[in-house]
Amino acid sequence: MTTTDKSGAVTLESGSPRRRVPRGAPLPLLVPALVALAFLLLPLLALLIRAPWRSLPGQLTSPEVWQALQLSLITATAATAVSLVLGVPLAWLLARTEFPGRGFVRALVTLPLVLPPVVGGVALLLALGRNGVVGQWLDSWFGITLPFTTAGVVVAEAFVAMPFLVISVEGTLRAADPRYEEAATTLGASRFTAFRRVTLPLIAPGIAAGAVLAWARALGEFGATITFAGNFPGRTQTMPLAVYLALQNDPAAAISLSLVLLAVSIAVLAGLRDRWMTAAS
Amino acid sequence: MTDIDETLSGVSAEDVPGAGLDARLVVDRGAFRLDVALTAAPGDVVALLGPNGAGKTTALRALAGLVPLTDGHLRLDGAALDRTPPERRPVGVVFQDYLLFPHLSALDNVAFGPQCQGSSKAEARAQATEWLARMGLADHAGAKPRRLSGGQAQRVALARALATCPRLLLLDEPLAALDARTRLEVRAQLRRHLAEFEAVAVLVTHDPLDAMVLADRLVVVEHGRVVQEGAPSDIARRPRTDYIAQLVGLNLYRGQAEGHTVRLDVGPVLATTEHLSGPAFVAFPPSAVTLYRDRPSGSSARNLWRCEVAGLETHGDQIRADLTGELPLAADLTTVAAAELDLHPGAVVWATVKAAQTHAYPA
Repeated sequence: MTTTDKSGAVTLESGSPRRRVPRGAPLPLLVPALVALAFLLLPLLALLIRAPWRSLPGQLTSPEVWQALQLSLITATAATAVSLVLGVPLAWLLARTEFPGRGFVRALVTLPLVLPPVVGGVALLLALGRNGVVGQWLDSWFGITLPFTTAGVVVAEAFVAMPFLVISVEGTLRAADPRYEEAATTLGASRFTAFRRVTLPLIAPGIAAGAVLAWARALGEFGATITFAGNFPGRTQTMPLAVYLALQNDPAAAISLSLVLLAVSIAVLAGLRDRWMTAAS
Repeated sequence: MTDIDETLSGVSAEDVPGAGLDARLVVDRGAFRLDVALTAAPGDVVALLGPNGAGKTTALRALAGLVPLTDGHLRLDGAALDRTPPERRPVGVVFQDYLLFPHLSALDNVAFGPQCQGSSKAEARAQATEWLARMGLADHAGAKPRRLSGGQAQRVALARALATCPRLLLLDEPLAALDARTRLEVRAQLRRHLAEFEAVAVLVTHDPLDAMVLADRLVVVEHGRVVQEGAPSDIARRPRTDYIAQLVGLNLYRGQAEGHTVRLDVGPVLATTEHLSGPAFVAFPPSAVTLYRDRPSGSSARNLWRCEVAGLETHGDQIRADLTGELPLAADLTTVAAAELDLHPGAVVWATVKAAQTHAYPA
């Protein structure tokens, strides 16, 4: 690990410190590697090249874009909050307790990571839809309907994003020394107090990293959202949905929206990198 | 067993019969079984001494409630604690590597216990300030643990454990994490603090010096069992296992005593000054052994053995020779003597010990 600049402002360029000069790299490795690099960078480059820079300010300040951006930020943040409140305790349970079928539960938790988000959306409809397994009771008892509402967007995003947080926090918890909790209990702390006052501060960097990952995942969520919450401007139309819709009738707007999401992604990467560096030092 | 109430009321029960520690700790861990009985009066400092893997730390964790007892009992000042969770036991622990909370200052580390016990934040901090001052650490109250030296961290850990006003203080290898020079200083300080402590203190160590300096009573544990216990001086004079003999630097043999001789289990007969009969131990220091290259003609045949040098090592300003042969033993001699005798592994030597320098005692 080189100690690259800590600013993180130029993350894409300095993100992968290459100390080895490709001088010694054999061609069968070097060529595909360069192709891969080009393959990954070219689309992003194209986005920058074709961006309607002149009309960009107007595009970005249009009410539709603003609305979608606002909705995206609010729902992604809410989904992250839900993931934190529910996911950190789940991570603790997985990392610090023994119960039968723990491995199975852990596998279930990670399932949304690999599940196609559209399938997640369908599953959410079947569970929480107006006629869903739980949804029908929510509707008839509390008058709560989740599908095709902003709350539904949060639910869909949390479903997809929470596993990122759980896995990240569980990993940090496993790496953290459980004897600090023991030390706390010998000082009179209940297990919950020990968690709150000792473990939580110790794993804060891991929680922050997991939250940022979850937030970024929620922000980009498309499949589950459009399936479970639909695509209503101002209510459930988040940025990725707006990009997809704009591409059909206003490609320039789609590019502008994409640029915003790209900028957010870079900012997230920079933020994470900074977090990891401070956590390591 | 209404442990909680009894525990709390037991806190001030110093004159009550049954004050202090009365425990029999049985912990099964797979093939390993710990079975150790411990009793101590308030003010006692007991050292659990034993080799690595003897079960000392398991015993300590069982006392703290971090490991459940398989069997036995644990009473502190008359209150049964067997089923009490660690956070409700009036027990303070100084862990081997201290386990100071890295995100809290020294002050907040010490204030953690009182706060958990219900003191307000301000009260807890006031108590913590007092404890740090008592430890000579007033200037380091605001420092995070990583900024503290080993000796300072040790004292913060001690203050943190004492701040909960425990009736039982447990110290796990309290000096093991320190370098040799700090160790000397911290050992002296710790001795003072333990002497001031009015309840029971139990410390675990594999270092006989730590044990003898800090404790009033040693409990030697091997393979999960107590093999010997008593005052440090008694244990140093009359070791009963090879491990202890090695720790205190004595040659130790078991045998059958008949009057002034002991027939050792390993073969030879050893002349002693004590008059005993029946199973007995004989011990003598390596410095009591005299080596000759040729069989000494003038000396009487008593306590004279033909041995072979198995190994040599420097031991302070002495050379310690490990001998095998008729009687396996360790002998100390000066470097000059070793050179004059031309000692080397494989060399044949004659070893003698004067009866007056041996010590025999019933097994």
